[in-house]
Amino acid sequence: MNNILVTKEVTKRFGEHTALNKVSLEIPKNSIYGLLGPNGAGKTTLIRIINQIAFPDEGEVFFDGEPLNAHHIAQIGYLPEERGLYKSMKVGEQALYLAQLKGLGKSEAKKRLKFWFERFEIEGWWHKKVQELSKGMAQKIQFIVTVLHRPKLLIFDEPFSGFDPINANIIKDEILKLKENGTSIIFSTHRMESVEELCEYIALLHNSEKVLDGKLSDIKKDYKNNVFDVCLEVEDGDSLLKELEGKFKVRSSTYLPGESQLELTVELPFADSKEMLAHLSSRANIVRFVETIPSANDIFIETVQSKEVHE
Amino acid sequence: MNKLPLIIKREYLAKVRNKSFVIMTFLSPILMVGMVVLIAYLTKINDNEKRIIGVLNESDFFSNEFLTTETTGYVNFKDIALQSAKDSTLHMGYYGLLHIPKGANLEQVAKNAFFFSKEAPSTNVLERLERIFQNRLFQQRIQNLGVSAKEFANVDNRFEIKTATFSGQLNLKGINEVKAFIGGGFGYLIMMFIIIYGGFVMRSVIEEKTSRIIEVIISSVKPFQLMMGKIIGTSLAGVTQFAIWILSASLLLFLVFAFFGVDLSVLNNSTHLAPGMAQSISPMDEDLQLYAIEFMKIPWFMLIAFFVLYFILGYLIYSSIYAAIGAAVDNETDTQQFIFPIILPLMLAIYVGFFSVFSNPHGPIAVGFSLFPLTSPIVMLMRLPGGIGEGGVPIWQLIASVVLLVGTFIGIVWLAAKIYRVGILMYGKKPSYKELYKWLKY
Repeated sequence: MNNILVTKEVTKRFGEHTALNKVSLEIPKNSIYGLLGPNGAGKTTLIRIINQIAFPDEGEVFFDGEPLNAHHIAQIGYLPEERGLYKSMKVGEQALYLAQLKGLGKSEAKKRLKFWFERFEIEGWWHKKVQELSKGMAQKIQFIVTVLHRPKLLIFDEPFSGFDPINANIIKDEILKLKENGTSIIFSTHRMESVEELCEYIALLHNSEKVLDGKLSDIKKDYKNNVFDVCLEVEDGDSLLKELEGKFKVRSSTYLPGESQLELTVELPFADSKEMLAHLSSRANIVRFVETIPSANDIFIETVQSKEVHE
Repeated sequence: MNKLPLIIKREYLAKVRNKSFVIMTFLSPILMVGMVVLIAYLTKINDNEKRIIGVLNESDFFSNEFLTTETTGYVNFKDIALQSAKDSTLHMGYYGLLHIPKGANLEQVAKNAFFFSKEAPSTNVLERLERIFQNRLFQQRIQNLGVSAKEFANVDNRFEIKTATFSGQLNLKGINEVKAFIGGGFGYLIMMFIIIYGGFVMRSVIEEKTSRIIEVIISSVKPFQLMMGKIIGTSLAGVTQFAIWILSASLLLFLVFAFFGVDLSVLNNSTHLAPGMAQSISPMDEDLQLYAIEFMKIPWFMLIAFFVLYFILGYLIYSSIYAAIGAAVDNETDTQQFIFPIILPLMLAIYVGFFSVFSNPHGPIAVGFSLFPLTSPIVMLMRLPGGIGEGGVPIWQLIASVVLLVGTFIGIVWLAAKIYRVGILMYGKKPSYKELYKWLKY
């Protein structure tokens, strides 16, 4: 079994509204899996089904090869987007309570909490009340509580919201460390730059349906359209441009005579760039020759928009 | 692993450690005892005030009727005009002046008598004076009829019909009221507990929603477990509070009366009993003994056992409704429209109980309300002190009532849990009854 979680044609309806329509996903073990989609696409419903907060009307969910059942709750850690803590409870007491609810024994939970509190250098918070903490401080506690019982699968819904950049980085490093230690991670977010940075796999949900999924690098390959960003150092840019326009499909160009630089965006009919590169190098100094690969953000927007046009 | 005890423990501690809870728990008995002591003290002061009343008696019919007592003194004016009697009353700072004019007969004299005072006189004073006139008139009138006071006393004999059950067991008049009063006490306790602690459950659910911890919790435990843990934990806190209240209030009362010597009998005199009870208790000692016997005969053990049963079932039904309401709303102000329909049957039970169970514990209304599950915990308890079986609540009614209650309990908790499960994850929706109905189908 190479997948930690598999959903098969999962459908969930709320009255007239279909929140998930036959969504099938395969989430590989020991990877970071980005669950993307605009608001209302069905991400939270899917996550709640995985956490057994909601139950699918149709379809099946498998966790580590077994049909999802109550025992798996202790093997999943979930940091919801809407997250909070009991305001009037003390930090340590509350963390202990939440850990025990996940099935940890009291002394073991205490030991592990001590470790994490030291790691984040927040030992002094144990006896503080939650209402005395700032939002970022409370988020750290929530993060600790989510990972404390060492789940096989971690689900983070917008984990970086509420963190300042420094603490967001600390959390990001922790997530990467957890992945290195063998944990599988589902990562639901709108922040595309963190998707690029962290996710190996993504799935895109839109209007309750899965519209795209797979390895991020594969998806990018599919979405690239043989467009190259070229910058040349040349004395007589105008004539070279004319010549190139005759041979290749030039989408746009700028020539700055003072700096002797010609910038071009060129689209090739197929992925072979050798011919053009050879031609260019015979005519000018190449400053830059880069294939433009679409960002996750581009893919996200393009897919969602094309869906909306078709519907 | 069963997580319910963990949740109960947390809910209990969260409630018990709450500052306002602690203050309420320890302040209320002090306030209550303070009130009792204050009332006793004020009553005493009130009684200590001695009033002096001037009497100008120009008639021949009153001579030694105005006797100075502990609270009222009389000063007789003789052979002066009414105006100067008024002046001197005012000068001396007396409470008022009673003027009994000359007259041919007592009836006429009494009719023309006047009481003058600076302010409107107190009803106590007037009653005392009126009684003097009434006695005098009564004597005069029976004398006119040629009947002696002794003879009249023989005639004026109250009659009460004796009652018994068919098996020959003697009934005491008014004992039904006494019994219903005891049961009413239990019923009232249940109502207060439901309203106070049901509200706590509701607020605790709302707090979990607004602090956004709810989704973290229910990714570890089932919503139903959380709801039940909350209800049980909160009710245990309530039982703790009630126990502290009862213990500390009785202790404090005992201490206060022991050390400050406030006379308890002052209170007893001023306590207003239910009309039926006052009548039935006051006159005869032998009856009082019968009441004591009857009181001992009330099946206390059975009563307390059923109190516990009805209390638990009734409380669980209502507090799960409260929990569902808490889950359905985003803040407390939205709860009003849902709260009223819950309080209504409770109020109805108490008032129907006090009015119709007191007068007839086995009438159709009393029976109906003691079977209907939303009112039965209160109304049945008012009927139960009369016993079970003959002369009391028929066994079939008791069984039917408990069965209906258990059935309703299962149904309501199931419905409430469904609403709760959906509601706790809904934000920013103002719920209507229609919306709640839709949630049941999710």
